[in-house]
Amino acid sequence: MNWTNLFKIALKAISNNKFRTFLTMLGIIIGVGSVITMLAIGQGSKQSIQAQISKMGSNMIMIMPGAERRGGVRMGMSDMQTLKISDFNSLKEECTYLSAISPSVSSSGQLIFGGNNYSSSISGVSQDYLKIRQLEVEDGEMFDDLDIAQSAKVCVIGKTIADNLFTGGENPVGQIIRFKNMPFTVIGVLKSKGYNTMGQDQDDVVLAPYTTVMKRIQSVNYLQMIYASALTEGQTQEAINEISEILRTNHKIQEGKEDNFNVRSQEELSSMMTSTTTSMTILLACVAGISLLVGGIGIMNIMYVSVTERTKEIGLRMSVGARGIDILTQFLIEAVMISITGGLIGVMLGVGAAYGVKFFAGWPIAIQPMSVILSFAVCSVTGIFFGWYPAKKAANLDPIEAIRYE
Amino acid sequence: MNQEKKAVISLDNIRRDFIVGEETVHALRGVSFKIYEGEFVTIMGKSGSGKSTLLNTLGCLDTPTSGEYLLDGTPVRKMSKNERAILRNRKIGFVFQSYNLLSKTTAIENVELPLMYNTKYNAQQRREAAVESLKMVGLGDRLYHKSNQMSGGQMQRVAIARALVNSPAVILADEATGNLDTKTSFEILVLFQKLWKDGKTIIFVTHNPEIAQYSQRNIFLADGKVRDDTYNNNILSAEKALAELPANDED
Repeated sequence: MNWTNLFKIALKAISNNKFRTFLTMLGIIIGVGSVITMLAIGQGSKQSIQAQISKMGSNMIMIMPGAERRGGVRMGMSDMQTLKISDFNSLKEECTYLSAISPSVSSSGQLIFGGNNYSSSISGVSQDYLKIRQLEVEDGEMFDDLDIAQSAKVCVIGKTIADNLFTGGENPVGQIIRFKNMPFTVIGVLKSKGYNTMGQDQDDVVLAPYTTVMKRIQSVNYLQMIYASALTEGQTQEAINEISEILRTNHKIQEGKEDNFNVRSQEELSSMMTSTTTSMTILLACVAGISLLVGGIGIMNIMYVSVTERTKEIGLRMSVGARGIDILTQFLIEAVMISITGGLIGVMLGVGAAYGVKFFAGWPIAIQPMSVILSFAVCSVTGIFFGWYPAKKAANLDPIEAIRYE
Repeated sequence: MNQEKKAVISLDNIRRDFIVGEETVHALRGVSFKIYEGEFVTIMGKSGSGKSTLLNTLGCLDTPTSGEYLLDGTPVRKMSKNERAILRNRKIGFVFQSYNLLSKTTAIENVELPLMYNTKYNAQQRREAAVESLKMVGLGDRLYHKSNQMSGGQMQRVAIARALVNSPAVILADEATGNLDTKTSFEILVLFQKLWKDGKTIIFVTHNPEIAQYSQRNIFLADGKVRDDTYNNNILSAEKALAELPANDED
């Protein structure tokens, strides 16, 4: 068999029927184009959620007090007192996979400055908290080790707090605000981070030394939470294992017994968040896939009609020496060329439409090479699959009848 | 005559039965003859005489139920479909009543068609062979005319060129003048006579007895048998007949 010749023959047949070929291609073009666009939109929103989560601190690990049994009674989290300062200190010293670690205790209440008051909560943390949550002090400075040692009544406030308390346009730094009747000197204002994906205002924070919150406000000796940051995102799991080991040793938990703390990573949160967009992406891809299928059926339909219409031509080809396999190959090449060309145009249109969506609607998009390759492969297979039956029909024609077909 | 020449076609007691429903139709009931290289033979017969079946058999489109058919020395009866396709490609040139040219395709591309299925020819050899055949049929100046830009006679010339392009052992013409007016028919006959004089073997299947006068040998078929097989001692010249036609013949 001479592939070049069969290719030329198929090309000629296609170019003889340009408009019909275009109409046939349209199905594939729309199919492939919509697959690409839909996947780009789906992937785009997934990536933007992931990006926001990593903005919250992608390596972040949260250590929370956990189930503590007291005679069959499971305690609520706020009642649990299993995390101590000593745990924080040993983790800080012993953990090798952590780049930052900060305790966290918080208390909610009214913040008052002059005539303004605002309901919020105050978080007792260490300096590392900024690094873990990827916060920056925009104005003023963060408290230091001395402030922590002295349980100093100082705080760093978020933008929302600043806006609500200092309505007169005063510079918050240096001002004294009151929380539960305790004066705190504002020494810094955080750079705004806006809302996160869950709708929480990330600027609605007041940070104070954890010692201050524990001793002066709460009068407790346990921690509500410990935040930490793994060295890299890939080392999160090792860090979690190490933390668990250290805490089990500290808490003298025997082999086989349940932990009385929980270690969570941001990854879990992110996988939970992305699962929604993943199912949306799958849904969009399904819809687009159906249009690709319809496109394929379009090819089959046209090829089928074309075989009937070109019966005489097939008879002639056979009588001048084309074998069944030559005819089969010719029609398959035609089908595959239509679908591949359609696929190419579809890829271009799809990419164009995706950027159009980004430009006009402002939706995040992400075109993955995989989705391009995949839909391209699918449409080639579609061509072969749906081209096969009409091609087989053509190849099986009886030349005697075909040549006299009117 | 020409008994010492090579037999291009040799039929020995060819039978062809078709089963239609529960009945068996005997289309050919023992046909035997030999056609030698360089002969111009007309095969005639009324419809139902087995003419078409014989043509299909000769053209290796169909195989006989029994008997033996040697085409240029090759036994055909037991060949597979694909083997017969290749044999057709190398040994037979078809000319059909309705020309059967590819639409929207130039003369030269139409003529090249049989060679597209022959891997021995490259693009250049194919083109050269096609140009040569077109010159042989007098269309050397219409190589790039498309089939829809040509008259019936020209289209049939292209078809003849296509039949010639693979230098076949035999040219099989099926009512090749059936769609043409008298004048053009004679022009085509002139061409066939010229090809015959150049040494081509031509089999012309027709129901028109007039054409028999211009060929060398006439085989008359009836009821699936050869009724008559005679050599024509007075072969008319188609050229002369063409010259004698009224000039404004619009028939």
